[in-house]
Amino acid sequence: MERRVVVTGVGVVSALGKNACEFWQALIAAQSGIGPITQVDMTDIKFKNGAEVRDWDPSEYFEGKRPDFLDRFAQFAVVAAREAVKDAGIEWNSTLRERTAIVTGSCIGGQSSQDAGFQDLYLFKKGRLSPLTISRVMPNAGASCISIEMGIGGPAFTLSTACSSANHAIGQAFRMVRAGDVEMALAGGSEAPLNFGHLKAWESLRVVAPDTCRPFSVDRLGMVLGEGGAILVLEPREAAVARGAKIYGEIVGFGMSSDASHLTQSSSQGASRAIDGAMRDAGLAPEQIGYINAHGTATLLNDPMEVAAIRLALGQRADRIPISSTKSMHGHALGAAGAIEAIATVLALKNCTLPPTANFTTIDPRCDMDVIPNTARHADVEYALSNSFAFGGLNAVLAFKSPR
Amino acid sequence: MTDEMIGRVISCVEKTQKLPPESVTIDSKFEDLGIDSLDGVNILYALETEFNVSIPDEGVLGIKSVREAIDQLDRLLSAGGTNGAVRA
Repeated sequence: MERRVVVTGVGVVSALGKNACEFWQALIAAQSGIGPITQVDMTDIKFKNGAEVRDWDPSEYFEGKRPDFLDRFAQFAVVAAREAVKDAGIEWNSTLRERTAIVTGSCIGGQSSQDAGFQDLYLFKKGRLSPLTISRVMPNAGASCISIEMGIGGPAFTLSTACSSANHAIGQAFRMVRAGDVEMALAGGSEAPLNFGHLKAWESLRVVAPDTCRPFSVDRLGMVLGEGGAILVLEPREAAVARGAKIYGEIVGFGMSSDASHLTQSSSQGASRAIDGAMRDAGLAPEQIGYINAHGTATLLNDPMEVAAIRLALGQRADRIPISSTKSMHGHALGAAGAIEAIATVLALKNCTLPPTANFTTIDPRCDMDVIPNTARHADVEYALSNSFAFGGLNAVLAFKSPR
Repeated sequence: MTDEMIGRVISCVEKTQKLPPESVTIDSKFEDLGIDSLDGVNILYALETEFNVSIPDEGVLGIKSVREAIDQLDRLLSAGGTNGAVRA
């Protein structure tokens, strides 16, 4: 028999703060974490702003030589996992450790370490690379370091599906817990993409806004890159209730699809199939959906495509569903985005407050939905969706239920 | 090898391992310092950078102490590039 799966712990490191509490307070205050990027010399990059984790000092979180072994993206994963595990009040024993999964998402892994190393090689002609490069760069470093630090010995792996990575990771972990493959899962994602080489690559795609991220606004100028990590603790509802755990919400469905269409231009048909899939998996009708945390990158192409996809999947009901893009505040953290937004969604359900789309000006007529402009809204919502649509046309949508 | 060079080797070990100054001596065993195989190659990298030499793979995995590292490095430096210690 399939088990119900609940979220019992959350941890977030983002431009909105280094824990879930700061994250939520900023979200409901419509406070944007977007500002000048400080960790890279931006002189030769056209755009200047990003959603950076401010004042990150690894030595506050890792002793001695450990920071040398971890790229920033892996540090974010470990710190988010620590918060989530502590928040969930897990009492580990050897059986539980062996029956707990870790599934993380990351788009580019430790590419910032690679960028720095390759500068030494190609630019400074140093002729040798740090032997820590390989283990810092591998995209599974986050999952591995969580496993090693916490002694978690169940299945652990990392998914890389660009901007859908974390939703795919959470979805797989959800299904493993639901099916009884494991008794618990730490699932989410992390990303630290703010390095010179990667920023130059985004610059040449001409999709990054020079100012800020304004999803669904008619005058939006593109996305803003972000960084961070987010981890959720998933466990069977019965076990969580039995141990008296705090329950943030339930994951009730997961849908995936691929556009089979274009490398960078998403298709509303493909995206709507993932929404359909999540609803079907959860056994939900459009009338039951009360909130959607949108992918909402604020690129010219994404936002109308996404609204069209929601309309395709939910029909007339779309006119009455509030949606918001919290990327307006925490930026687009690529492979961590889905996890950051999953936490925004469960906190919205638990706290009966829908986070807004910040930086909003005037609605784009092609995005004519209720986008919760600039001010958080009180609403007791039973079911919500969280969308992720990736470059390469890979879509992943999660469906959540309120804990009430 | 001069005392000054020995000091530089010890300093490389201390810095890569984030150990306090003067906690490592020429007689320190890697095992006692908690140095594992990945730490070991990281120390070799630090030594290569510090002394501007290329240390060949042969024999380095057998190095288990600061003294053995110094001996190996000394052999390479005195061979002056004829024995695999290529000055970069």
